[in-house]
Amino acid sequence: MIRIGVPSKGRLMQDCFDWFGARGVTMRRSGSDREYSGVIDGIAGAVPVLLSAGEIPRELAAGRIHLGVTGSDLVCEYLGTNAPEVQELARLGFGHADLILAVPNVWVDVDTVDDLDAAAAQFRATHGHRLRIATKYHRLVRDYLQTQGVADYQLVDSQGATEGTVKNGTAEAIADITSSGETLRANHLRILSDGLIHSSEAVLWASRMADCSAEDCATMARLAGMLGVPVTT
Amino acid sequence: MTPKAIRAEGERLFAAFLQAGAVPVETDLLQPAETLLDLYGEDIRARAYVTQDPLRGEMMLRPDFTVPVVQAHMAHGAEPARYAYLGEVFRKQDRHSGRANEYLQAGYEVFDRQAPEAADAEVFALFRDLLQGLNLRPVTGDIGILMAAVRGLETSDRRKAALLRHVWRPARFKALLDRFAGRAPAPVGRVRLLERLAQGSPSQLIEEAGTFVGLRSAAEIEERAEALVADAATPPIKAMEAALLYDLLSLEAPAAHALTHLRGITALLPAIEPAVDRFATRLDALAAKGVDVATLAFEASHGRTALEYYDGFVFSFLAEGMPPVASGGRYDALTGVLGQGAFIPAVGGVIRPELVTRLKAGAT
Repeated sequence: MIRIGVPSKGRLMQDCFDWFGARGVTMRRSGSDREYSGVIDGIAGAVPVLLSAGEIPRELAAGRIHLGVTGSDLVCEYLGTNAPEVQELARLGFGHADLILAVPNVWVDVDTVDDLDAAAAQFRATHGHRLRIATKYHRLVRDYLQTQGVADYQLVDSQGATEGTVKNGTAEAIADITSSGETLRANHLRILSDGLIHSSEAVLWASRMADCSAEDCATMARLAGMLGVPVTT
Repeated sequence: MTPKAIRAEGERLFAAFLQAGAVPVETDLLQPAETLLDLYGEDIRARAYVTQDPLRGEMMLRPDFTVPVVQAHMAHGAEPARYAYLGEVFRKQDRHSGRANEYLQAGYEVFDRQAPEAADAEVFALFRDLLQGLNLRPVTGDIGILMAAVRGLETSDRRKAALLRHVWRPARFKALLDRFAGRAPAPVGRVRLLERLAQGSPSQLIEEAGTFVGLRSAAEIEERAEALVADAATPPIKAMEAALLYDLLSLEAPAAHALTHLRGITALLPAIEPAVDRFATRLDALAAKGVDVATLAFEASHGRTALEYYDGFVFSFLAEGMPPVASGGRYDALTGVLGQGAFIPAVGGVIRPELVTRLKAGAT
């Protein structure tokens, strides 16, 4: 049985169902609204597995699902860029969101990551601790700042309401996902002009770690044909 | 190859360090993350294993010995002191790098105020003797010369501080130097920023920017804004000075030849003279230990990798296709940082017994 990991709720789930549906692979939730199980019409031998989008990278890497739909940001964060466990099959054209660095709008002396680095040096000298950047994307943000040669900062974990951390005094800057920037502005923050860390969108991934029976391989080939994606290597 | 053979090689090196006059020192496997993070920055998280203790907070599996050994010495060491240690260190590695995540290090550290250059030579010669016959390529460097050259530049203190802060990040250092020397244009964002800053006083701009949030105060923002305007008016580092610094960054020559070259440019860059004198004294000390300084490789940028703290003599013993078999250097500033005001010149290094064992197995 080919197991396809799909986001279990919200807009991402609906967009995902629509994408598959437009290609003749109709997914829907089965049972009650609250039950996390689903069925596929249009192809035999495949089943949707409803998962939190954040868990799909891990399930792909472990080979517990054959295919999965989740944001490129989450795969890069949990598995690293160009992770050998997964193969990108298709960019799905929805779920667009940018991981960005933002600072208080009143920091009129800071426009670029270069400025942020200098501000971090000054901040540490003044306050005795490193400049705090709140985020839940630790790996992506750290890799980006390391490449840019930023020092004297620390990442503080924020799993939600990250834009509020500056006002609440638990961080000096943030790195978070934004689509419109509305929430940033409402919290008096501004994106650095070169502060785009990762431009994310929903992607259909194939696991290179999942076992496939002969029957599974046949199903996968049929499925790839219907979806118009390359057969996995 | 058995871990037993590796441990035995480690014991051999450790015994030799004791023989050389070192006192054995033990450190905890679990180190408080805070100290290491403050020292190395967040980059260390990509290299060290971090774990959480409900009472002690974030802890790291020992990524190196130097920091805890320095701490132990600063807390209750007598002077002068020589320390030896043998134990595992833990490092995350890149996928497919094939490098070990946990390996033994045998180390030797010297804390001595009297004759730093003699101590440099002592550590280097000891390592050379212990690694004899392995056909390793020794490479040396001296970050102190580079730092002295930066301090001696005819430019603003702010620019010098920015360069010194990034001396261990070569790419960033070069980008800053290119900009300060007028070889690279100011980033687009900076030009825009200066245009905006020209439109009003910083306090006025802050006022216009809306609600004030965050711990970084208006005074700090104003201070840096004014510094940016002042920096824009600072003339570029003179072409000749900049050329000397670029030349210095890429200097690679046999040590004796490098000394002649450095003596040659001292007239043009007088600030490096004391550092070059120390380099000369060190070469004498090395020669006295039987090191052939006419062939010893010297690279001025050696040891300038992130996650290091060397600020003087640096050295490695290299073999093809493996990480450095041994490496070390001088870290005077680190003792000041960890000693809360106290300071003592220090030099030391580590050997990886596993690599020595592999080389010995390959040689027979």
